[in-house]
Amino acid sequence: MAATLETGTKIRVEGVSKVFGKTPERAFALVQAGMGKAELLETTGHVLGLHDIDLTIGSGETFVIMGLSGSGKSTLIRHFNRLIEPTAGRILVDGEDILRLSEPALRSFRRRKIAMVFQRFALLPHRTVLENVMFGLLIDGVPRARAEARAREQIALVGLDGFEARHPAQLSGGMQQRVGLARALATDAEILLMDEAFSALDPLIRHDMQMQLKQIQSRLHKTIVFITHDLDEALLLGDHIAILRDGELRQVGTGAEILAAPADDYVARFVRDVNRARTIRCGDLAEPGIAAGAEIGADAALEQAFGALARGPVTVRGADGAPRGVLTAGRVLAALAG
Amino acid sequence: MQSGFPDIWDTRGFARALDSAFGALVAAWGDTLEAMFLPILRMLILMEKGLQALPWWVVLVALTALALHASRSWRTAALVAVLILAIGLLGVWNDAMATIALMVVATLLSIVIGIPAGILMSRSDRLRALALPVLDIMQTMPIFVYLIPFVMLFGPGKIPALLATIVFAVPPVIRLTDLGIRQVDEEIVEASRAFGASPRQQLWSVQVPLALPSIMAGVNQTTMMALSMVVIASMIGAGGLGYQVLQGIQRLEVSRGLMAGLGIVLLAVVFDRIAQAYGRRMQANLHREG
Ligand SMILES: Nc1ncnc2c1ncn2[C@@H]1O[C@H](COP(=O)(O)OP(=O)(O)OP(=O)(O)O)[C@@H](O)[C@H]1O
Ligand SMILES: [Mg+2]
Repeated sequence: MAATLETGTKIRVEGVSKVFGKTPERAFALVQAGMGKAELLETTGHVLGLHDIDLTIGSGETFVIMGLSGSGKSTLIRHFNRLIEPTAGRILVDGEDILRLSEPALRSFRRRKIAMVFQRFALLPHRTVLENVMFGLLIDGVPRARAEARAREQIALVGLDGFEARHPAQLSGGMQQRVGLARALATDAEILLMDEAFSALDPLIRHDMQMQLKQIQSRLHKTIVFITHDLDEALLLGDHIAILRDGELRQVGTGAEILAAPADDYVARFVRDVNRARTIRCGDLAEPGIAAGAEIGADAALEQAFGALARGPVTVRGADGAPRGVLTAGRVLAALAG
Repeated sequence: MQSGFPDIWDTRGFARALDSAFGALVAAWGDTLEAMFLPILRMLILMEKGLQALPWWVVLVALTALALHASRSWRTAALVAVLILAIGLLGVWNDAMATIALMVVATLLSIVIGIPAGILMSRSDRLRALALPVLDIMQTMPIFVYLIPFVMLFGPGKIPALLATIVFAVPPVIRLTDLGIRQVDEEIVEASRAFGASPRQQLWSVQVPLALPSIMAGVNQTTMMALSMVVIASMIGAGGLGYQVLQGIQRLEVSRGLMAGLGIVLLAVVFDRIAQAYGRRMQANLHREG
């Protein structure tokens, strides 16, 4: 997913704030006057979920939102399909202010343009896999036969053929989340919201799902907003990563940018434990020039270059075969040291 | 008065006013109400006469088949068959059919009223706060107390018996419909909203199906409460097994009271088994395991 298809802006978030509580407007006035999250909670009992968020999410990219528990990730992603309404600010999708949508318009926006995958799957336990995947289409009034054909395609796409007639409780967690993914893909929405979609899965299955998502994305080019706690997952999937803390945006950038220059201590703590050899790509560290020795792809992880580097500098080539520069052991060691 | 509690307000005057207001209500609306409930009375009588006219073995086969369908267990079905035979052997068949008719009609009407009421209650916290104490009162008020206004409105007979039974039996289905819908996993409801379900689609494709086990538990309790009302309802002319119990008490005929009382117990077991089996099936449908 390194090769981003940024043809334009898909989602714009402008000055979005969210206060939870009985009288959010009044509490928000206090926030604007400078009151912090902790003080607001103490004096008014209101929770500042998000504070003055500005974001731009490009069309066709995978945008990852990270942050500790309670930092406002779920709150933010639920603004994109208006499951939560902001206390202040605007949200534009394809240039249209979704907060202005009437109830029916909002429903058809949710039915056709944006779909969601949930952490705990949120499948209908009394319906079969096939019926679950058809859910969004039937809600939209698509004729049953068409919905079924489309649902079968999506089930095949996520590798669940043969399980159409099973019920969710008969499937493993990984398979249930594939159903969740197929359900979201079935409506052919341009935007996919994934709130910790892989967090409930065990590591091996989780890795499979990440690979599958990358592969599906390379074909479908959706705009994906993906929430995770896991930096490795963020670096693997994200074209851009946003880091939230206590409802505020701390840093937005590519994985390499954030690893190279964390904006503050909080972000630095986040990136400290990452496996850099596996997450930094050779292309990120290439310096101008060309070397006589071995060659490696720009997309390869640093650790894949270790063997060649032991014998001397390595030439980095892009996916198109053009040389991108050289990779030296010194540069690599410096990057690994952080 | 010995305790010397001060007469702060004029209770006797209030009581007189209430009684005369109710009397006026009866005079003004009694006939209209009676006409309104006539179709229900016809349905009840039709059901009673129908059940009594059927050969005994048809009833036996039908109830056994129902039990089998609900439980998928031959043992439960056999138990139901034996219990129904026993009712016949006790010599209370016709009264038992009248009781079944009253109970079935009261339960059906309770469901028709109770499920929508429970759904409404689940959608509004304010309505729920208002309804809960009313439901408590309906369930704790001695049943004789609301027999009085119903008898005054309709005169002794099947309609007041039916209405009193419904008032007594409807709370569980309302409560458990409300509870069931409120307990549906919030994330699943959210998912349906995220896919653009309208409130009505959320209700019928997610909330009600997932609340069904709870709703069925409510129906089960409602059935049992309707059955437990039959003795009391018979005092105002509902007929059936309860009437035989009443006669037994009035004439001091132990045997008559005992036979009819046993009949009630047997019916209770039959309907409890059937309703419970249905409840378990619904539960199993929701949590189907490989
Ligand atoms: N409906 C609500 N009412 C009150 N406070 C809320 C509500 N929803 C979220 N919050 C608060 O807003 C803050 C952000 O919550 P949010 O669920 O967005 O965090 P998160 O980053 O998704 O956390 P996690 O990683 O645990 O899922 C938290 O302090 C939370 O308690
Ligand atoms: Mg969350």
